[in-house]
Amino acid sequence: MKRRTFLGGAMAAAVAGRATGALAQQPPIKIGMSMPQTGGLAGGGKASLLGIEIWRDDINAKGGLLGRKVELIVYDDKSSASETPAIYSKLVDVDKVDLLFAPYATVPTAPIMPFVKQRGLLLMGNFSFQVNSKVGHDMWFNNAPWGPADSWASSFIDLAQKAGGKNMALLAADQEFAQNLALTARDVAKKRNLPVVFDQSYPPNTVEFASIIRALKATKPDIVYVASYPPDSAGILRAVNEIGIGDDVKVFGGGMVGLQFAAVMSNLGSLLNGVVNYNTWLPEQSMYHAGTKEFFEVYTKRAVEAKVDPLGYYLAPYGYATGQMIEAAVNATKSLDQKGLAKYLRENEHKTIVGPIVFAADGEWKESATVQAQFRGVVDKDVEQFRKPGKQVILYPDKLKTGTLISPFEAARK
Amino acid sequence: MDLLLGAVVLGVLLGCFYAAVSVGLSVSFGLLDVPHVAHPAFLVLASYGVYQLNESYDIDPLLAGLIITPLFFLFGLLAYRVYYETFERRGSDAGVRGIAFFFGIAFIIEVLIIMQFGVDQRSVTATYIGKSWRFGEFRIPIRQLVAFAVALGLTVLLAVYLSKTFMGRAIRAVAQDEEALRLMGANPVRIKQFAFGIATAVLGIAGALLIIVAPVEPTLDRAYIGRTFCVVVMAGLGSISGTLIAAIILGVAESIVLTMFGASWAPAISFAMLLGVLAVRPQGLLGR
Repeated sequence: MKRRTFLGGAMAAAVAGRATGALAQQPPIKIGMSMPQTGGLAGGGKASLLGIEIWRDDINAKGGLLGRKVELIVYDDKSSASETPAIYSKLVDVDKVDLLFAPYATVPTAPIMPFVKQRGLLLMGNFSFQVNSKVGHDMWFNNAPWGPADSWASSFIDLAQKAGGKNMALLAADQEFAQNLALTARDVAKKRNLPVVFDQSYPPNTVEFASIIRALKATKPDIVYVASYPPDSAGILRAVNEIGIGDDVKVFGGGMVGLQFAAVMSNLGSLLNGVVNYNTWLPEQSMYHAGTKEFFEVYTKRAVEAKVDPLGYYLAPYGYATGQMIEAAVNATKSLDQKGLAKYLRENEHKTIVGPIVFAADGEWKESATVQAQFRGVVDKDVEQFRKPGKQVILYPDKLKTGTLISPFEAARK
Repeated sequence: MDLLLGAVVLGVLLGCFYAAVSVGLSVSFGLLDVPHVAHPAFLVLASYGVYQLNESYDIDPLLAGLIITPLFFLFGLLAYRVYYETFERRGSDAGVRGIAFFFGIAFIIEVLIIMQFGVDQRSVTATYIGKSWRFGEFRIPIRQLVAFAVALGLTVLLAVYLSKTFMGRAIRAVAQDEEALRLMGANPVRIKQFAFGIATAVLGIAGALLIIVAPVEPTLDRAYIGRTFCVVVMAGLGSISGTLIAAIILGVAESIVLTMFGASWAPAISFAMLLGVLAVRPQGLLGR
């Protein structure tokens, strides 16, 4: 080897070594968020966080973003709206995070919207419902398949009207998410001249639903639209099973949060049969995209260790997909500039494990991909049954449809 | 009319359940004057114990409640001893410090449950859960009938124990005049410790009823703290029969409001009634 070649090689090696060292020494990219890890939303929050953590591990295994490791800074917001404003102030001003993810659910997210708008921060939403409708923040991207505000209620009411529903009962939890859902249901009913014969909100911490269901049943509704939160959904279905809901009811369900979680589904078992409820991902062939299968293989293993929802269909793949979108935006813009990232997210279609995502101007998905599915043939105490296709037959949207509605509700329960 | 009658019947059943989850507090707070804000957390802990036995060994929830009752008696003895040594004996049990102690215990219990069972809802299976008895068009959930019968039995049993047995009368005596009891050669601390054990043991069965009536999750105690204290204060501190009456009044009022006037008003009922009762009878319904 010539002396010049040797020196050149040595210098190149030294430069490369210094460069590698410099990359390794670069501070990590910090992504901050609160997540419900205790309280009524914790079941979903933990699963969502695990999805995000799996993305973090994948991206770090690939060398990180912009050559920097990704670090998550996560605080428990206790499922409470009162906790999140202080947590997000801390994330931004004390922890100096580079990017923000929103907590799971509407209630903890709503109070931080004015803050992120005032500071001009990009916020990746996590299954909120209509939290940006009044705030109008242009750097908000809600990774939830709800689509336009009224598509959720209208898809359910469509199914019910086609089954012969002529009037509707509306039962909603007295909190942000359920009230927004109830509001859109009232609007859709009004537009279609569908009489609302029962319209009640129940407070959080309601212990027993038998009295409410008796009152609802007395109005003899054809359609029963329920917007409930996890602690209540099981109580409502139990009361429906015991008190009965009447032979007139064509379709029951719609917006019951909780019936997507393995523990609740397993506990309720056959009580679920016949309920038509929304969902975001189900193990049907039409819902698999590049990377979905691999994600659930990893999730299933890690969920056991983490004592998190063993199925993880509802939130976890969307947590991963949020990471995928940030990854694409950072790689494309080669920066962490929040305005640049927001521009990229707004103007492009994003390929993720939950399918292609395009955002509308309000930061919601441009098209709804919320599934309305009917529980069928569910037996008691068997969580594994939900891993097989056919237990939740997809009725809407048409592109994902795997069966037709069985109505009336009492017939579908048998 | 049918709707109103149904609401009253369901309210009585709900009220007896409220009595069962409150009666232990009637002893610990009402008779012993211990600011036991961890009472609902103990209750939720008991329901998780019942869940574990039901899930692992398929034991009936009520039987599981009976099995954990002695353990909860011992737990109560220990809890009171710690409270006595750290607060009561030093005279620092008054005011917020005693409350802070039990709040701390409640949070620890909550965290331990989350660590062991996770945050998901848990429920039990039994032949009487999920079914109902029909009377024509009217249906009553059997789980509520079971809760009603067991709660009624539990409350009556505790009332008889406190009024008819030697130890029961000693517990009442220590509540009335601790010093006089000491002068008679009895050890009021041991009697109070035993009474606290009884108050906690009752939660074994009450916890079973809690998980029979509805699924539980680790933070459910927060939903019951207001209701249980409301029942005990409205009843008249330390009155077991008053606890049953107050709980039934509360249950019926809640049920009528839920059925006839709208669910949003229901949470206000317990505290509106409490204020009403205290305005007319500051000592509570059956208080002295």
